[in-house]
Amino acid sequence: MALSAQQIPRWFNSVKLSSLITATQLGKHFQRPGRTLSHGFSAQPQMSSDNCFLRWGFKTYRTSSLWNSSQSTNSSRQEISSAQSALLPSINEQTQKTQRIPSFDSELSLEALDDLPPLSPLQPVSEEEAIQIIANPPLPPDTFTLRDYVDHSETLQKLVLLGVDLSKIEKHPDAANLLLRLNFEKDIKQILMFLKDLGLEDNQLGTYLTKNYAIFSEDLENLKTRVAYLQSKNFSKAHIAQMVRNAPFLLSFSVERLDNRLGFFQKELELSMKKTRDLIIRLPRLLTGSLEPVKENMKVYHLELGFKHNEIQHMITRVPKMLTANKRKLTETFDYVHNVMSIPHHLIVRFPQVFNTRLFKIKERHLFLTYLGRAQYDPTKLNYISLDKLVSVPDEIFCEEIAKASVQDFEKFLKTL
Amino acid sequence: MGSRRLALAQLHGLFAVYKPPGMKWKHLRDTVELQLLKGLNAGQPPAPEQRVRFLLGPVEGSEEKALTLTATSVPALTNHPLVCGPAFTSLKIGVGHRLDAQASGVLVLAVGHGRSLLTDMYNAHLTKDYMVRGLLGKATDDFCEDGRLVEKSTYDHVTREKLDRILALIQGSHQKALVMYSNLDLQTQEAYDMAVRGLIRPMNKSPMLIIGIRCLHFAPPEFLLEVRCMHETQKQLRKLVHEIGLELKTTAVCSQVRRTRDGFFTLDDALLRTRWDLHSIQDAIQAAAPRVAVELEKSLRPGCSPTLAGPGGPSSASGLENDAGH
Repeated sequence: MALSAQQIPRWFNSVKLSSLITATQLGKHFQRPGRTLSHGFSAQPQMSSDNCFLRWGFKTYRTSSLWNSSQSTNSSRQEISSAQSALLPSINEQTQKTQRIPSFDSELSLEALDDLPPLSPLQPVSEEEAIQIIANPPLPPDTFTLRDYVDHSETLQKLVLLGVDLSKIEKHPDAANLLLRLNFEKDIKQILMFLKDLGLEDNQLGTYLTKNYAIFSEDLENLKTRVAYLQSKNFSKAHIAQMVRNAPFLLSFSVERLDNRLGFFQKELELSMKKTRDLIIRLPRLLTGSLEPVKENMKVYHLELGFKHNEIQHMITRVPKMLTANKRKLTETFDYVHNVMSIPHHLIVRFPQVFNTRLFKIKERHLFLTYLGRAQYDPTKLNYISLDKLVSVPDEIFCEEIAKASVQDFEKFLKTL
Repeated sequence: MGSRRLALAQLHGLFAVYKPPGMKWKHLRDTVELQLLKGLNAGQPPAPEQRVRFLLGPVEGSEEKALTLTATSVPALTNHPLVCGPAFTSLKIGVGHRLDAQASGVLVLAVGHGRSLLTDMYNAHLTKDYMVRGLLGKATDDFCEDGRLVEKSTYDHVTREKLDRILALIQGSHQKALVMYSNLDLQTQEAYDMAVRGLIRPMNKSPMLIIGIRCLHFAPPEFLLEVRCMHETQKQLRKLVHEIGLELKTTAVCSQVRRTRDGFFTLDDALLRTRWDLHSIQDAIQAAAPRVAVELEKSLRPGCSPTLAGPGGPSSASGLENDAGH
C-alpha cells in the first residue's frame, strides 16, 4: 500500500522529538503503520507514533520490538505515563466501527520497509485519503497532570461526572497511573456497585473516591469480608454506611487491624460494648487514625489535668473528638478555663465542649463578660452563665442574650484588647 | 471566569486589620490570604467549554460508503474545576509595620499592586500611636508581665506628678534627638518656624524617637500611657516602661502594648477577625483608597514641610490632641 508522503511529516511536526530519534529512522519506520491504520481508526496512528518513540528508548520506557509488549513496560517516576493499553480500549469504544488490527509483525520487518519508495510531501492525495488523515497531536507519553488525558479516556470522564476530584488525585502519581490503567466497565463498576449496596448515595461517591482511590486496587472479596465482620460486631447497615462515609479508608483496613483497633478502644476506655459502638459510629476515624495520640491524650487527662476515670469516660461519650485533640491546645484551654476563669473540674466535666472550641473565643467572651461584670459561672449563685452557652452560641445570640449588650459594643471591646 | 477574574483584578490596595494579642503576624497574613482565596474561588465557575472535533461519518443521505468530515462541538472536560483544581491558589499580600506576638492593634496589609504603596508608606516615615499599660512593683527579664521575675519593689512613693515629670523629661530628650536626626539646620527661619510648631521629624533611618508621651490614667500599681513615636519596636516600648519604673525609683513591667494608629490608618479602619473575608476587605480597600492617595502624595512631595502626619496637630509637652480625622 503506497504510503502518502504527507502523513509522516504531519506526525513528525506535531510532536517534539528528543535527539534520540533521527529523521531517517523516523522515515523508515513510519511508512508502514501510518497508512494502513488510517482506515477507520481515528486514534491509532497516534498510538503507533508513540509506540515507535517507546521503542527508541524514550527515557521513561524500556525498549521493545513489538508494540504489544510495550504497553506493560511503563515505568513511572514522577510522571503519569499514558497507558496505551488503557486508552486503546477506551478509544475503541469511542469509534463504533470494526477495526482491522493490522498484522504488525510482517509489516514492520526492515526488509519490507526498504523496498518502498521514499515519500515526498508534494505528492497529490485523493479526497478520500485526505479525509481519513488524522492529524491530532499525539498524547504526551508522560505528564504531571491528568488534564491531558481526560478528553481521551472514558474512565476519567465518567469519574469526573461522578464527582471525583482529579486535581487532588493527580498529586499522587501512583494513583493517577492506577486510574489510567483501569477499565470502567470491568474494574470500577463492580466497586461502585458494591459501595452503592453498602449505602453510599450517588452524590457521595465522588468525595469518597477522591479520598480513597486505593479502593480500586482492593479485592472485592476482601471488602465483603470486612463488611461482614463489622456486621458481626452488631453495627447496623446504616451505621456502617455512615462510618464508611466519614472515614473513607475504613474498608482498606484488614479484618485483623479493625479487630485490634476495636479491642484497643474497648480495653482503654473500659466502656460497655454499646457505648464503644456509639463512639466509633460518631467518630469512625478513631479506627483509621493512629493510636498513639489517643494513648497520650488519655494520660494527659488522667495525670496532667487531673480528671477521674469516670469523668473522662463521660466527657468522651459526649465529645469524642477530645480523644484526638492536640495536646498543647488541650492544656492551654484547660489552663485558662480552670485557673483564670476558676471553673472547677466537675463543671468542666458537665460541659466538655470547651475542649472543642478555639481558645481565643473563650478568652474574648470571658474578658467581655468580666468587663461587664457578668462573668458568673457558679450554678449555685444568681445570673449563672453555663459554659456551653458561653462557647457554643454564635456571636449575635451571645451578645443579646448572655452579655445583654449589642454586637457593636462587643466589637469595640475587642478593639481594646 | 468573568466575575472571578474581575474580583481578582479589583483586589489591589491597602487595608488595615486589628491584630489580636497572642497571634503571630505571619499567621495573620496567611489566614487573611486563605480567606481571600476562599472568597475568590467561591465565585461562579465558568461555563463548560466546548471543543470542535471533526468526526468521520457517512455523507448525509447517500447510499455509497463515502465518508466525510463533519464538525461537531463536543463538551470538553479539560478546564473542568474537578480536573484542574481551584482557579486561584495563592495571593501576594504584604505586611506593613509589624507587631510582635503579644502586641495588638492596627496592622496595615497590602494586596497586589498595593504592595508598592507599602514602600511609599515606609518612606513617608509617618508616626504611630500606642497605648501602653504598665504595672508598678515588678521587674521581669523580658519586660512583660509573664516573664521570669527578677525583682519586686514597693511603689507607695510614686505619685502622678512624679510620673508626669519623668514623662516630660523623656519627651524633652527625644525632642533633641528629633532635631538632630532630621538633619535640619535650625539657624534657618523656616526650620525654626517648623521646630516651634513641632513639625520636624527625620525622613531617614533613626533609632526610636518619641514625639510625645503622656499619662492618661494612673491608679497604682497600674498606669496607662499614650505614646506617639516613630521607628520603634514593641520591645523598645516595653523597655521604656521598665526604664520609667527605674526612674521612679521602683520597678515596672508592661502588661499591654496596643497600636491605635499607624500613619493614617486608625482603629476605626481596622477589621476585626470576624470581618476577614473578601467582601469586607474589598470595601475596606475602596474606603481607604482616596485617603491613602492624598496622604502619600502629600508626604512624598519634595520640598514640602514634613508634618507629623496623623489626625492630631502639633504635639506639646502637656498633652496630645488626638482628633479623629484631619
